[in-house]
Amino acid sequence: MPAPIRLRELIRTIRTARTQAEEREMIQKECAAIRSSFREEDNTYRCRNVAKLLYMHMLGYPAHFGQLECLKLIASQKFTDKRIGYLGAMLLLDERQDVHLLMTNCIKNDLNHSTQYVQGLALCTLGCMGSSEMCRDLAGEVEKLLKTSNSYLRKKAALCAVHVIRKVPELMEMFLPATKNLLSEKNHGVLHTSVVLLTEMCERSPDMLAHFRKLVPQLVRILKNLIMSGYSPEHDVSGISDPFLQVRILRLLRILGKGDDDSSEAMNDILAQVATNTETSKNVGNAILYETVLTIMDIKSESGLRVLAINILGRFLLNNDKNIRYVALTSLLKTVQTDHNAVQRHRSTIVDCLKDLDVSIKRRAMELSFALVNGNNIRGMMKELLYFLDSCDPEFKADCASGVFLAAEKYAPSKRWHIDTIMRVLTTAGSYVRDDSVPNLIQLITNSVEMHAYTVQRLYKALLDDISQQPLVQVASWCIGEYGDLLISGQCEEEEPIQVTEDEVLDVLEGLLVSNLSSPVTRGYSLTAIMKLSTRFSSVNRIKKVVSIYGSSIDVELQQRAVEYNALFKKYDHMRPALLERMPIMEKTASNGPTEIVQTNGEAEPSVVEPKHPPPVGQPASQVKNTVFGLVSRCLSLMAFYLFDLSKTVNFLSIGIPPMTAYNKNGLKIDFTFERANPNPNVAVITIHASNSTEADMTDFVFQAAVPKTFQLQLLSPSSNVVPALNQGTVTQVIRVLNQQKQQLRMRIKLTYIHKGSAVQDLAEVNNFPPQSWQ
Amino acid sequence: MDGWMDGWMDGWMDGWMGGWVDGLLLTIGITSSFQMQFMLLFSRQGKLRLQKWYVPLSDKEKKKITRELVQTVLARKPKMCSFLEWRDLKIVYKRYASLYFCCAIEDQDNELITLEIIHRYVELLDKYFGSVCELDIIFNFEKAYFILDEFLLGGEAQETSKKNVLKAIEQADLLQEDTKVSFSPSFLMVWSRNAAEVRDSCRGSEQADWV
Repeated sequence: MPAPIRLRELIRTIRTARTQAEEREMIQKECAAIRSSFREEDNTYRCRNVAKLLYMHMLGYPAHFGQLECLKLIASQKFTDKRIGYLGAMLLLDERQDVHLLMTNCIKNDLNHSTQYVQGLALCTLGCMGSSEMCRDLAGEVEKLLKTSNSYLRKKAALCAVHVIRKVPELMEMFLPATKNLLSEKNHGVLHTSVVLLTEMCERSPDMLAHFRKLVPQLVRILKNLIMSGYSPEHDVSGISDPFLQVRILRLLRILGKGDDDSSEAMNDILAQVATNTETSKNVGNAILYETVLTIMDIKSESGLRVLAINILGRFLLNNDKNIRYVALTSLLKTVQTDHNAVQRHRSTIVDCLKDLDVSIKRRAMELSFALVNGNNIRGMMKELLYFLDSCDPEFKADCASGVFLAAEKYAPSKRWHIDTIMRVLTTAGSYVRDDSVPNLIQLITNSVEMHAYTVQRLYKALLDDISQQPLVQVASWCIGEYGDLLISGQCEEEEPIQVTEDEVLDVLEGLLVSNLSSPVTRGYSLTAIMKLSTRFSSVNRIKKVVSIYGSSIDVELQQRAVEYNALFKKYDHMRPALLERMPIMEKTASNGPTEIVQTNGEAEPSVVEPKHPPPVGQPASQVKNTVFGLVSRCLSLMAFYLFDLSKTVNFLSIGIPPMTAYNKNGLKIDFTFERANPNPNVAVITIHASNSTEADMTDFVFQAAVPKTFQLQLLSPSSNVVPALNQGTVTQVIRVLNQQKQQLRMRIKLTYIHKGSAVQDLAEVNNFPPQSWQ
Repeated sequence: MDGWMDGWMDGWMDGWMGGWVDGLLLTIGITSSFQMQFMLLFSRQGKLRLQKWYVPLSDKEKKKITRELVQTVLARKPKMCSFLEWRDLKIVYKRYASLYFCCAIEDQDNELITLEIIHRYVELLDKYFGSVCELDIIFNFEKAYFILDEFLLGGEAQETSKKNVLKAIEQADLLQEDTKVSFSPSFLMVWSRNAAEVRDSCRGSEQADWV
């Protein structure tokens, strides 16, 4: 049997392949050779074969048959074997395969090996991919190595411990004794990894955090030494001594100082020192400054220091390096709420960033600009933002338009300015405006009574120019239908009134009905508008004709409307004026509950929602005769529905899924209620309601859930962790389940709580989900 | 395993677990907010040259992430900044000659220092290979991994001194020379060959090639 070809030789050969097919053939041939070599249990060339397999794996070919071979290599005594074996394990194995547990014993032996490089391999592998079981088994060994005087091993053990804690947080306690003297180390590697370990512990446990606060003076000293010390070639990066360590110390200080006055005070001086003395000509200095700023903003720093931090960010904004500008904008966005005035001082620089070439910078500048808009700067800011809207990429237009509408609503200096701004957005970015803007704008226009004539005139003129942007066309149609009388009577005060006849207006509206550019929704708007004009214009016959034509339209929506409007002309003509009366001022109703949350940019803010019930319409009740009450009331509600055209925002699917009891044992009852998330019908939104009928509270209540792999699960934060006794209240928590394959929903739940002094844990499977929740 | 996802979710850590994730990915959601999740090296044609994952993911997921990310990064224009948001992670990337170095870090992490980490790794490769180029990484990928594993562990820097990292690699390389069954620290002190000699003789030469 000839020796298997060498790794480099194989790489060279594969690279000569001219087509994918040729490469695949070579790979298959080599894999076959490797497989038979594995079968023969060839110890000499196993290492070479696995190395080749790893190369082929990187090219994207399957290599699972090499997994066990990696384990054999790890168990070998040759260093080369171990090196490749561990590399193979890290690349080919992961904690999902049971096979990885076979490594545990080998790693345990290697952690105690006489050669530090072998110990290093074991620590590295464990710290990179160790599963929870492995970490549990080997934590003791890691802890031992954390106490060794060998700094090469100590630094690796520290990071390995970080991994162990991440996988099995309960084991954190056991590393506490070993942390005693970590910071007195001189070796930078150990110092750096120790700070990382301390950071991890403090982040995970408030007790640890409190315990380690006493390290603040020591950390401050170490940081000071780094800054003040002279040139140290070993750790120098562009004139700065060990920037990696500096950044990690700053981060740990941030965590220790947060919410604690004494610690924050103790670090005030050093933060000021770092902020003022760090060299800013290269990225590395700015990296440290950035971390310093983040720390200053998070701890309880005095105001002078905070201003210093914001000013650093302001200087960052002027930096030539776009990375620095990006980072500055991100940080300013985080602080704009808390330090609003300080950030305002940099407003003009921020607005300049709107013109940056980089998409991420532009986006951040846009978000920050909107955050900075207030009553004083609205006019100037809006000018810049509208200019941005004109020229920005399509991906920004929707968000920018929404932002403009929101800002205009909050700070508009006058109603005319408001309407003008809206017009500008509709005409420049009309097709990108979100669907929910249309009802909002209609409401706004209705409520600006004195501007009706001006608004309808401007909208009419815009329609003459361009009928392709649907939101604009829809709002315009609605206005013309509503205020068409003002349009033809030439009542506009704000600007020169235009001369337009009824026929011209009807031409425009009918043009919308037939145009290919109009969406079905738009057509609905224009037909309704035409109908409404029957009480405002005198050319009723023309309108009657249009309405009757559409009575046989293929579009069912249009047809239904036309038929009902026809009925209005024929049989209920005496009611027509009342039904088509001018809309009264609408009140903004606050939305309540998840069914009314409109998805805007992924945020679940309740939007200013259109009223869901029809507004009072004239005095219909007194005119209604009992015999036709049924038809008329349906007609009324339908009219209101059409006149508002808000049907598509009602979430029909949210109602109708019955709630269920998922768990009921020992006094703890957990009910599930359901909604369907709009707009994704594959997502079921479940709210759990946990109640407690016993006479003692259930504290430290934690609800955990697991679903089969074909589902995806997302849990939000619970309302609290105490389920009060005697059903005095419930703990609620929202679960979202993505069920793309529409399989039957099953869930395992795990409940832990403390009741009457003892810890209770229970597992249950929930199988009685109503079919509507997953179909 | 009967088809159930590993691990339990309880919603306590930071509320949102960062968007939709597969059953297994959920277990990594409960980490601190300062972790490098993975590092990828790929060429201008999108060929993967190195992949280091610090979070447990299936092969399928890794392939999907790699494909998407490579596409996204390669589509970036030269004038754009080195950072981009992707899913719920921050991606820090930098191009050195024909190779893209790409790191995925978490929300709270410092992007600028990650650039320095990338740069330090490139410097280490450069020192080791002597003016490193993509071909070195292709033909000696296992060594690129060994160097990375001496510099980072679990996504964090374990050694901030360039000299110490290179020294450790050289010593480990020397160990590979040994064909004896057992070896001890004293053996290393006896072996006095210059590390650079060892390395130079390895490059391109078949004899000192260990695999």
